[in-house]
Amino acid sequence: MSSHTSDSPRATTRTVLDEGDISRALTRITHEILERNRGSAGVLLLGIPTRGVHLARRLAARMSEVEGTTITAGSLDVTMYRDDLRLRPARALEHTDIPVDIDDRVVVLVDDVLFSGRTIRAALDALGDIGRPRAVQLAVLVDRGHRALPIRADFVGKNLPTSLVENVKVSVAEVDGADDVRIVGEGDA
Amino acid sequence: MIRHLLSSADLSKDDAVLILDTAEELLSVASRPIKKLPTLRGRTVVNLFFEDSTRTRISFEAAAKRLSADVINFSAKGSSVSKGESLKDTALTLQAMGADAVVIRHGSSGAPHRLAHASWINGAIINAGDGSHEHPTQALLDAFTMRRHLGDLDGRRVTIVGDVLHSRVARSNALLLSILGADVTLVAPPTLLPVGVDSWPVQTSYELDGALDKADVVMMLRVQGERMNDAFFPSAREYSRRYGLDTRRMRRLPEHAIVMHPGPMNRGMEITADVADSARSVIVEQVTNGVAVRMAVLYLLLSGSTDAESTEAQEEA
Repeated sequence: MSSHTSDSPRATTRTVLDEGDISRALTRITHEILERNRGSAGVLLLGIPTRGVHLARRLAARMSEVEGTTITAGSLDVTMYRDDLRLRPARALEHTDIPVDIDDRVVVLVDDVLFSGRTIRAALDALGDIGRPRAVQLAVLVDRGHRALPIRADFVGKNLPTSLVENVKVSVAEVDGADDVRIVGEGDA
Repeated sequence: MIRHLLSSADLSKDDAVLILDTAEELLSVASRPIKKLPTLRGRTVVNLFFEDSTRTRISFEAAAKRLSADVINFSAKGSSVSKGESLKDTALTLQAMGADAVVIRHGSSGAPHRLAHASWINGAIINAGDGSHEHPTQALLDAFTMRRHLGDLDGRRVTIVGDVLHSRVARSNALLLSILGADVTLVAPPTLLPVGVDSWPVQTSYELDGALDKADVVMMLRVQGERMNDAFFPSAREYSRRYGLDTRRMRRLPEHAIVMHPGPMNRGMEITADVADSARSVIVEQVTNGVAVRMAVLYLLLSGSTDAESTEAQEEA
């Protein structure tokens, strides 16, 4: 970050994706998923709470439009599988909703930000306890780098090189009232 | 979140709702092909039972195992307690073995409180029934079962009938249900209401019939013969006629009302077999829900940071 001096603790916030950018990215990801899997047959979208669930529902809505069938997205809470449970106070669980049997389907995990990869590692473990998918793919709105595990995304809305002192904040209309992706600098969470 | 679960009264409304919401999510684990979560791997849960119990002990054991904790069952019969070992020495032994949580049932009211505050054990203490004092996880699973059938409990009417005097379930339920906003009525013969019941957040009545018409929930309590060393009512037949729930009385309940019993039942005494097996009865469901609720309690008490002080420091930072 060259725009501010390092001795200033004041936060800098930059909007990197606006509502239109997010919408176009989701539309592109929808088509990429359909192209890769040759249609929507046997594909199940599972969002990771909270914002991943809303993104998965939007992908499902777009997919339904393109395919002319009703496609329902589910949600997969990974809290119980996280590797940092002992480091923080106990957290409330989010809702898990698996609309159909995942055995022999292609599961597309959907999350807002891909960072260390630990959440996706937890999600893969959670999936393994629910069934045996034919394949698992990963769609994320933002890939900010800094992976700590050998995990990569199959579908990416935007690659966003960031520094570790920055935070990436994804807002979706369903939760936050507006759609955007912002990079928040040090000192402002 | 609190560190020990000793009494329903220790819970704030937010804590209680958090436990119930967590249990709601954990209920689905029972219907999965792999009924296990890795959350408490490497943690040790000791079931320390000084009194007989079937469902509570099995329920806690199932809950701990579904969260991948190691479970050690300890029952007073056949242990050094029968040789005269004190609660303190038993506790120090458990501490030396590295218990992360101790689930205790004891015949004396206050034993879990002693264990939690005497600094013999570092782990979390969960009260699984102490004397005629409290049984908070039973109250939580009852509230959970009610919530699944009736939705929000705010303003709901719950009638608890029978041996309130000896019942830890009645006390824990009365406290928890009032925290959750329900109106509780205790119905019992005057001899089976405890001294000081007027300071509880409940109404009391000596007549069952008048308390049925508007009830959303009727909870029948077991007549605890083993704790009665006195004549509390003239005869079992008279008790059952005045305070037992039979089909005729069940018909007076509103259409949506449910019938509960914490078990074990004395069929023919406080509840007839017809009622216990009727469609209104959720008694078997209470047992299923018990496992999910106890998983929620174990998860919330145990999964966080092991060192409470460092957690607080982190939160402040």
